[in-house]
Amino acid sequence: MELVTPGIGLIFWQTVTFIIVLFLLSKFAWKPIMNALHERETSIENALSAAEKAKLEMQGLKAENEKLLAEARMERDKILKEASDAGNALVETARQKANEEGSRMIAQARESIENEKRAAITEVKNMAAALSVDIAERILRKELSNPQAQQELAKDYINEVTLN
Amino acid sequence: MKKLFILLFSFLTITASAEAPVEGGEFKPGDMITHHIADDYNWHFADGVTLYLPVILIDNGTPKVFSSSNFYDENHELVPYEGYMVSHGHIYRADANGQPAADQSSLIDISITKNVASLFLSVALLFAVFFTIAGSYKKNNGKAPRGIQSFFEPIIIFIRDEIAKANIGPKYERYMPYLLTVFFFIWFNNLLGLMPGGANLTGNIAVTLVLATLTLLITVFSGNKNYWKHIFATPGVPVWLAPIMIPVELIGIITKPFSLMVRLFANITAGHIIILSLFSLIFIFQSIAVGPLSVAFATFMNFLELFVALLQAYIFTLLSAMYFGGAVEEHHGDEHH
Repeated sequence: MELVTPGIGLIFWQTVTFIIVLFLLSKFAWKPIMNALHERETSIENALSAAEKAKLEMQGLKAENEKLLAEARMERDKILKEASDAGNALVETARQKANEEGSRMIAQARESIENEKRAAITEVKNMAAALSVDIAERILRKELSNPQAQQELAKDYINEVTLN
Repeated sequence: MKKLFILLFSFLTITASAEAPVEGGEFKPGDMITHHIADDYNWHFADGVTLYLPVILIDNGTPKVFSSSNFYDENHELVPYEGYMVSHGHIYRADANGQPAADQSSLIDISITKNVASLFLSVALLFAVFFTIAGSYKKNNGKAPRGIQSFFEPIIIFIRDEIAKANIGPKYERYMPYLLTVFFFIWFNNLLGLMPGGANLTGNIAVTLVLATLTLLITVFSGNKNYWKHIFATPGVPVWLAPIMIPVELIGIITKPFSLMVRLFANITAGHIIILSLFSLIFIFQSIAVGPLSVAFATFMNFLELFVALLQAYIFTLLSAMYFGGAVEEHHGDEHH
């Protein structure tokens, strides 16, 4: 019975002491400890969320970079294609022009050769005519230097005329 | 470490053996155990090493302070002093024959007994430990805990997350100081009680009564509308049952902290009684052969008591948190009832 009978003295001291302990520990121990724990947890949480955010940002940046890169690549391809198209067109035009020029020049050359040829033939013809006249004249002059020959010729002519 | 334990147990046996001659020849284990777990006006560490504590009496409103050594003569026998005497661990007004007088009214005994001295010691220890830790938190602000701080931090976080947050809910923060104080107070005192020559403070019903009363007061004063509604108009219970339900619920308010009081007191006192009984076996059998067996069992019990010291602190704190949680719980709807 003694054990389960609370003593007034101990109740008094326990109440007074415990309330003082509760007050002092709350004020000077639990408050700073809980605040520090809370602060640290918040800062860790913030750091973690910041890291997560940075990671997301990095991913965003990477995606954007990739997009930019793809765009640049596309742009390059476009430019290259355009350039090659333009080059091809230029070459084609140049070739066409060259061909035209060539054909024109060939035609011209042919024409001028024809003209030259024609002139040369004419000249040859004229020269041949002059020469034949000259030759004929000389032959005639030599042939007709004696009267007998002149008579024979006249006879020939007359024979020819008769034959015709 | 091993040496420390050997020393510890040798002290325990010394104190136990030291009690035997006081009883005058025959060893009475019941008296020895009762003497050990009960309060006293002096702190008997070992034979010849006794700390006489101050006696404080309020007799008809007049305070009287003197040393408890005045109650003992040179043969360590109890004698009356200034009209007061000690009998069966209590101070009474003495009559002319050295017997407790018939009139004991208005005599209030608030002496610094062994338990009160132990209480002050535990308080000094609590302050030393937790002010140091609070200082470390200021010094290592935002950094990892160090030393003693890293030992107590997981415990503090456990109390906050697993006891307070889990059982009280979002309003847990205002109960944290009480829960932390009560947990460490009980734990430290349980451990101090296990020390050789230690007082059985948490195994004293007056101490557990005060702690349980504080839990009761906090529960009742933080009770919200929902809590009182559950008591005076329990949802889902017909009105005609109210004359039964209301008294039952009102008794329930008291029985919860009452169970806290008895549980802590009984667990700690029982542990002390078992260990002391095991040592008493040596003296009952008057045989040295029983010694090793007794010591082995007592060692095992002591380890168990170290665990019980923590467990009881945890249970008291957990149940207090659950009662607070019940008092501040918001209405969830009737499907839970």
